[in-house]
Amino acid sequence: MVMENKKENTETRLMKGNEALAEAAFRAGMKAYFGYPITPQSEVLEYLTAQVPKHPDVVILQAESELAAINMVYGASGAGARVMISSSGPGISLMQECLSYMTSAQLPALVVNVQRGGPGLGTIQPSQGDYFQAVKGGGHGDYHLIVLAPASVQEMVDLVFDGFRLSEKYRNPALILADGALGQMMEKVNLPPAGSLPKTQTPWATTGKPQTRERNIITSLFIQPERMEKLNQVLQSKYKEMGKEVRWEEIRTEDAEIVLVAFGLTSRICEKTVDLARQKELKVGLLRPITLYPFPTDAVVKLTESAKSFITVEMNAGQMVEDVRLAVNGRRPVEFYGRMGGMIPSPEEVLAKVESVAEKGLSIPI
Amino acid sequence: MEPAENIDGMMLVYKKPPTLTDTPMHYCPGCGHGVVHKVLMEVVDELKIQEETVGVAPVGCSVFAYDYMNIDMQEAAHGRATAVATGIKRVLPEKFVFTYQGDGDLAAIGTGETIHTINRGENILIVFINNGIYGMTGGQMAPTSLLGMKTTTTPFGREVSAMGNPIKITELIAQLPGAYYVTRQAVYTTAAVRKLKKSIEASFKYQKLKKGTCFIEVVSSCPSNWKLTPVEANEWLEKNMLPFYPLGDIKVPK
Repeated sequence: MVMENKKENTETRLMKGNEALAEAAFRAGMKAYFGYPITPQSEVLEYLTAQVPKHPDVVILQAESELAAINMVYGASGAGARVMISSSGPGISLMQECLSYMTSAQLPALVVNVQRGGPGLGTIQPSQGDYFQAVKGGGHGDYHLIVLAPASVQEMVDLVFDGFRLSEKYRNPALILADGALGQMMEKVNLPPAGSLPKTQTPWATTGKPQTRERNIITSLFIQPERMEKLNQVLQSKYKEMGKEVRWEEIRTEDAEIVLVAFGLTSRICEKTVDLARQKELKVGLLRPITLYPFPTDAVVKLTESAKSFITVEMNAGQMVEDVRLAVNGRRPVEFYGRMGGMIPSPEEVLAKVESVAEKGLSIPI
Repeated sequence: MEPAENIDGMMLVYKKPPTLTDTPMHYCPGCGHGVVHKVLMEVVDELKIQEETVGVAPVGCSVFAYDYMNIDMQEAAHGRATAVATGIKRVLPEKFVFTYQGDGDLAAIGTGETIHTINRGENILIVFINNGIYGMTGGQMAPTSLLGMKTTTTPFGREVSAMGNPIKITELIAQLPGAYYVTRQAVYTTAAVRKLKKSIEASFKYQKLKKGTCFIEVVSSCPSNWKLTPVEANEWLEKNMLPFYPLGDIKVPK
């Protein structure tokens, strides 16, 4: 059923995460998409190709590989187009070389990783095992992607707009770090109207050199070390500047003695755990990073003043927990609970961990 | 042709086109890149398409092509030039887009992109410089190195049993329906340079028709890594390269 929400000018639909993301890309003014099939995100390319008749001006192309696809993104972005690509772990791994090039050449683009369990070919079940790859660089050299972590189908839509906006603002690729469950599950979404995201000016793009300006060059090659260092300094100052874009959500942290830290799907699970714990009169709250890079370090630091301990919950062997520990910096104990390989923790499992920490917590003076 | 200028009583018979910058080229004496750059940019100037042309230079000696060509350009990762060009051409379909690639780039690490770009019939020009060696990294075996050819990674000569045969990628891609015009040219004589210029002119004109990919192989030399003087290199090219890589059109529009 399609409902018009006249008040906010949005359209409400029941949609699968991958399809909502694809529809959002059209509405966000995406000019080109290059992709390659991989489970659990193939619906993105399928949805986009099915909608081509409605969007004749948008380039949708299935490439021969993820390697070719990301390099098409490089070319299209360098030519000034708003461009997106999506894949899952193995495909995202293939793209790392070009993502390193794109950060160095200062090209915007939106990359979507609908994570599956790994390493290797792994499984097609949801995972958060690509946190390190997404947040710490992933390819060669000193760089970061702007990393956004949706926790609902609505955010699969909203973060497409934010992803394009931030990547263009900083001329740096942005990555949406979703997972197979968010890609496959259906929820109600409010879709913003088309044209609501203005196009950023791209005077640096290679669109053909008029007599009125010098030639534009898109490159990541700076053979003199002095120039290479200078480029690195430019990148690092951008990453510092990006700190102000940090976003997070807190649930019942005001009086929380134990703070769960979780992003994406696990934050949804932890929300339920908070409810279950509160029913047992355990003071538990949740900190959910929405931007994984920049990481909400200050929000974690602030909670060390009130919380007795932290538990990071992830669908991996413990990746974001390292950033939480860096932020906490020894002021409070940081525990970890995780499932791997495509297994999803239940709220009850997390509650058991909370209870064990609560018992321990009573014996540790703060 | 413009009427010749009179400078201090002398007639100007040649000048560098405005599509080439004043940056001195870093290429070695006798290298074919300088000549191919010049001819390519002369055509862009003569067709008056400087404002509408975007080039792609991937990893290899010619990765610095954008220092010399006075047009908008993108550097590409090794092997990915035609994918980058696809991205550019798809969002700027009215512009002229070309790639300028070496043999290692186009026929080894980028073979997949080469074949699929041409198979899609992307309306771009691919300029393929074949000198049978990796120049930039210092003279290693290329996919097009001739049998018996000594390189730093085939110090005893290229041998079929271990390294396979040199690949005739140009004949291979000519089979694809997406290839509209495929030719093999050279720059070892002035006559050859003139023929190359004609094929480049034709390719840009064909690009406007949007009928598929134009592909120009240029059999070239690498005197530094062949360990020959520029003159010897041209002789060696004629004697050894051309019998295996014969010059001429391989596929012409009907």
